Amino acid sequence: MSGYLKIDHVDKTFTRGSQQTEVLKEITLSIDRGEYVSIIGHSGCGKSTLLNIVAGLVQSTRGGVLLEEREVDEPGPDRAVVFQNHSLLPWLTVYDNVRLAVDKVFSGTKSRAERRAWTMHNLELVQMAHAKDKRPAEISGGMKQRVGLARALAMEPKVLLLDEPFGALDALTRAHLQDSVMAIHQKLRNTVLMITHDVDEAVLLSDRIVMMTNGPAARIGEVLDVPLARPRRRLEVASNPTYLKCRQRVLEFLYERHRFIEAA
Amino acid sequence: MTMPLIKTEPSVEIPQATATVLRLSTPKPSFLTTKVLPALGAVATRTIPPLVMLGLILAVWQILCMKPGATLPAPSKIWSDAYDLIVDPFFVAGPQDIGLGWRVLISLQRVAVGYGLAGVIGILLGTLIGQSVWAMRGLDPIFQVLRTISPLAWLPISLAAFRDSQPSAIFVIFITAVWPIIINTAVGIRNIPQDYRNVAAVLRLNHLEFFYKIMIPSAAPYIFTGLRIGIGLSWLAIVAAEMLTGGVGIGFFIWDAWNSSRLSDIVVALVYIGLVGFVLDRIVAGVATVVTRGTAAS
Repeated sequence: MSGYLKIDHVDKTFTRGSQQTEVLKEITLSIDRGEYVSIIGHSGCGKSTLLNIVAGLVQSTRGGVLLEEREVDEPGPDRAVVFQNHSLLPWLTVYDNVRLAVDKVFSGTKSRAERRAWTMHNLELVQMAHAKDKRPAEISGGMKQRVGLARALAMEPKVLLLDEPFGALDALTRAHLQDSVMAIHQKLRNTVLMITHDVDEAVLLSDRIVMMTNGPAARIGEVLDVPLARPRRRLEVASNPTYLKCRQRVLEFLYERHRFIEAA
Repeated sequence: MTMPLIKTEPSVEIPQATATVLRLSTPKPSFLTTKVLPALGAVATRTIPPLVMLGLILAVWQILCMKPGATLPAPSKIWSDAYDLIVDPFFVAGPQDIGLGWRVLISLQRVAVGYGLAGVIGILLGTLIGQSVWAMRGLDPIFQVLRTISPLAWLPISLAAFRDSQPSAIFVIFITAVWPIIINTAVGIRNIPQDYRNVAAVLRLNHLEFFYKIMIPSAAPYIFTGLRIGIGLSWLAIVAAEMLTGGVGIGFFIWDAWNSSRLSDIVVALVYIGLVGFVLDRIVAGVATVVTRGTAAS
């Protein structure tokens, strides 16, 4: 298969003065349309940098990113990002935060009423329509992340980029939100690239898990297929032998072969 | 095995207590007791202490300036001397003999123009400096020097440039108010979180949209700090500028009164200036709390 989103031999080196730090080395990855791919690795391995390169927020040093056979090297709504810390604009209401994106992306193609309806539709998709007139400071962390997800979905992106979207949430809220993301993925069949450091999250949500070696000069260590049927249910899957085997593989990779050695 | 003995009390007749419920009349909370009285209390706690202090100050002043040969007029003398100025701020008795209210309005007009210009230009320049590293490196040192120059020191130069007192006074207001607005705006712009910039990048906001959808709201608390300092400084500067440029403003009135030895009128004018300055500051602060409510809550 040719691949819908292709990350092609990407290197990233940060230069500060005369000091050069090689962060990513020879990253090549091909993602199909509708696929849910997670990137997992220890902190500091450059996985967020990789996501930012795909988003266009950071330029790669060598190599490039192809979306539908076209090179993308600047940010755009076709690769919507859900940021780790929600990044909602605090002076806008929940509705206006999503509407800002809708207005920008569909200014030429949708009428005012259609844009309004589309905004509400996406808020309903993440079950946040009830809080549409609240400001971000008045809703909980999980709710903010939902709105951030609604904003990204509302752009109708070709690829949805999730940068540790559940990282800042407590375990219960996280599980709840993961279920929502699974349901939305099931319904809309988006292509998703997610950064995570949570093994269970990666196995539960992904079709494929990309495991990265430790930096500096992090590479793709291993790519694991997760052949679990969808829809997946958290409780049923937890005792599924395939699930356990996948989980075991990722854990072995992270904790035995590429153990994170903290610089002492 | 022996069963443990369970001791049971012989049943005793319990006398039934009889009681009737007495209804106590509860006073119905009226509008007066729930709304009006607490509001009055709140007003009283805020107004009574300053009024008491004001009375004390006036009393001391009266005692100090009552004796014959005192250089400054006592409050009672001011009241009798400047009675017409105090009771009617808006009389018109001739082209140069008008109430202090009119004079204040004329001064306010100049401030409005100068301060308005300072607001617009200050925010734009501040944005430029906050956004561009090169603009900051080039302009910031210059601004840091210029802002220490006393407003009045600009007056001769502006008189020479504009050859008219009206635009000169406005220029002095402008040059006084613009520095804090520039500097605070620049700080606010520099402090825009990278997250918001990323959001703008993903949405592909153009420069104009980024300016008024992200930059201005995000920097609003800083900008309003600058605007508030600016309005205070402009009001300080207009009085001094009008003393030198003449005209009909409140500043010139003081100078005129000094030249004709009407000390009581000067004191009344000072009170006016103080009260108007206070109101101006409150207005800008009020606008700031309304506008930045969403931003400050984050």
